[in-house]
Amino acid sequence: MSTSSHSHTADAHIHHDAHHHEQGFWSKYVFSTDHKVIGIQYGVTSLLFLFLGFTLMMIMRWQLAYPGEPFPVIRFVLPIGIIGLLTMFVSGFKPSLGTTVGVLFMAMAALVWYLATGEERMPMGIMAPEYYNSLGAMHGTIMIFLGVVPLGVGAFGNYVMPLQIGAPDMAFPKLNMMSYWIYLVGGIIMVISFFVPGGAANSGWTSYPPLSEIATTGQTWWLVGMVFLITSSLLGSVNFIVTILQLRAKGLSFMKLPFFVWAQLVTSFLLLLAFPPLEAAGILQLLDRVAGTSFFLPSGLVISGEKLMNAGGGTPILWQHLFWFLAHPEVYVLILPAMGIISEIIANNTRKPLWGYKYIVYSALFIGFMSFIVWAHHMYITGMGTTISAFFQTTTMIISVPSIVILTSLAISLYGGSIRYNTAMLFALAFIPMFGIGGLTGLPLGLATSDLHLHDTYYVIGHFHYVVAPGTIFALFAGIYWWFPKLTGRTMNETLGKIHFWGSFVCMNFIFFPMLIQGMAGLSRRLYDGGEQYSHSANVIYLNEVMSIAAWVMAIFQIFFIVNVFLSMKKGKKTTDNHWEATTLEWSATTAPPLAHGNFVTLPTVYHGPYEYSVPGAKKDFTPQNEK
Amino acid sequence: MQIPYTSEHHPETGLYNAKLGIWLFLASEVMLFGALFTSYILLRMGAPTWPHGWEILNIPLATVNTVVLIASSVTMVMSWASLMMNDFKKYKMYMGITVVCGLIFLVIKGFEYAAKFEHGYFPSTNNFFATYFTLTGLHGLHVIGGIIVNAYFWGPGSKMWKTEPQRFVNRIEVAGLYWHFVDLVWIFLFPSLYLL
Repeated sequence: MSTSSHSHTADAHIHHDAHHHEQGFWSKYVFSTDHKVIGIQYGVTSLLFLFLGFTLMMIMRWQLAYPGEPFPVIRFVLPIGIIGLLTMFVSGFKPSLGTTVGVLFMAMAALVWYLATGEERMPMGIMAPEYYNSLGAMHGTIMIFLGVVPLGVGAFGNYVMPLQIGAPDMAFPKLNMMSYWIYLVGGIIMVISFFVPGGAANSGWTSYPPLSEIATTGQTWWLVGMVFLITSSLLGSVNFIVTILQLRAKGLSFMKLPFFVWAQLVTSFLLLLAFPPLEAAGILQLLDRVAGTSFFLPSGLVISGEKLMNAGGGTPILWQHLFWFLAHPEVYVLILPAMGIISEIIANNTRKPLWGYKYIVYSALFIGFMSFIVWAHHMYITGMGTTISAFFQTTTMIISVPSIVILTSLAISLYGGSIRYNTAMLFALAFIPMFGIGGLTGLPLGLATSDLHLHDTYYVIGHFHYVVAPGTIFALFAGIYWWFPKLTGRTMNETLGKIHFWGSFVCMNFIFFPMLIQGMAGLSRRLYDGGEQYSHSANVIYLNEVMSIAAWVMAIFQIFFIVNVFLSMKKGKKTTDNHWEATTLEWSATTAPPLAHGNFVTLPTVYHGPYEYSVPGAKKDFTPQNEK
Repeated sequence: MQIPYTSEHHPETGLYNAKLGIWLFLASEVMLFGALFTSYILLRMGAPTWPHGWEILNIPLATVNTVVLIASSVTMVMSWASLMMNDFKKYKMYMGITVVCGLIFLVIKGFEYAAKFEHGYFPSTNNFFATYFTLTGLHGLHVIGGIIVNAYFWGPGSKMWKTEPQRFVNRIEVAGLYWHFVDLVWIFLFPSLYLL
């Protein structure tokens, strides 16, 4: 009844608020509802959080490399402060994005100073064990929930997706603004938790009970922060799906969508459906902590020789199920936008259509579906029984197939292309083998028998860092180099970019490959002293220092990136609207940078598929989607 | 700049943006309550003893509440239907009743809670009460949210009827979908907590 009866009255009201007044500074740059501004806000915030997460890890790696030695605060704080000052200097201390970021870097230097000193955290300059746990938990939380996902989905999704589908904006611009601000509040809560008594959450990023339930106040802050982040991603995902389904330009059918848009669509469904169970779990754990319930606390729990006074009857395994029901799809939330970015870059820089576009799309859809039924492969050693293990082993092996299909298609796409080796493409090319290592090292973890040996060792850390760090984060870097000309109308410096790439590429492998070796030797993760006290780690313990030095050296190479961004924003070579001679709408139908209000002078109409490069008989080697 | 399909239907999906949006939001709500119901089942199955709801909880009050909530769902539809028939006065009446029904539900729930607290039953008492308070509490928050939205559309929000009637009708439809969902959650909660 509802769908057909009142559509005819609608048309009269479409053109109502077509006029708009001049916007002030606040509504234009701060409380903006424009998806491009929100995308940039997400981008800047998440990059800062990535940097913070990286810094926490660099502090931890000192303890792992040189257990029990005092921490050299100055060596860590000074470079960050200098970056801040330099950024402010380049921006001329005028009120601008650059100065803001400079100020934020200075604030971060102060935060790191705080984090690396203090009697409670670093007695005599030596890291306290509880504090080591805190850094580990917050490194994971910040990197995943505040860094990589907001950058891949919030920033790139927000900025690029509406342009690629020829939409004037997101479907719900106000909701879009709200999701950014809720995300920011969640992030700030996480940062504040470092300052509460007992410090930030210290039960791992997975927050397994009962440990997390008897942990210090920081855990409560963590839970509250997570509820904000989940709400933000819920609003965002609804917005993304509606935008992609409803606001595609005329002629842009589903099989003409750039793969990046497909990736965002599947990702949004994962966020929409997988996050609520974690929210439920978060609520239950919060109640356990503040209202004295026992959802995750078993009967007769004894802590430090004293019986815990609670009703009991709960089960810690329940948390693990609810948590991994989110956290496995979350892996694909991390990797799918990355694959989307890589596809765009590879198709363009090989000047060839993406090989097997349809297979890639169907694989992404299949991944999205399967990712909901593989979660318990994180839980083989909980003793849930061989039958259930068999089920989850099977689904885990099945889900590896579409990932391999995508990766293989990307690799085949390279074949016979005349490849342009720009910085974005280098990162994209590195993504393929790096994510390949990450994916393949995951297979032994998906099988219960080999998982028994490898579970909770550094092998696991090596595996998922290969997926996320040289995998996803490389893709995100590629995306920044790639869309920078669209964002600013200027190109990034290639020399600095290549130094950044090669430095990061080499260091990444020196950080994460030794982890695989250590893990195979049986070295456990989350050890305060890096495993010094165990005899079985004697042969691999020296790698701790190698990894730490590689991590610090990698930080130096990131300075080339930061400098590059700010230098290119000011002094980069000015470029045309379609710098890369690309086919998709964000390049062919908009200016660089896109118009401040709305995205297009006239909404584009689409006639072609997304990757029509080197079409035989065509005048140019690329045929824009909106060209007749 | 105007976003397409804010009030007219998309030719392919047959939905306007907000309606698709609310369905997606409700899908995520299903996952939220689904996870909580699953936890309830798991905890109950794993417990050596579990009290029967009818022995401790007040079934007559909950039955009244069920009737109140279902009635409010009916009036919600009526309010939307009145707008479709261009009868703004009737809309005001039905929407008013919907809001009042929501408030009655909360008041009765409040009495139930108070009685439990008086008898010394708290979320920390045992997992039965923990589940009871969590599920009904979260549902209560959803009711409060719905009441705020409905009250806004009854009061200041109804000005839109003069400027953009179609968009206003859509808003009521979307609010209605949410309200029915809240109603539906209760219809699952009532038997699984009180009667089983």
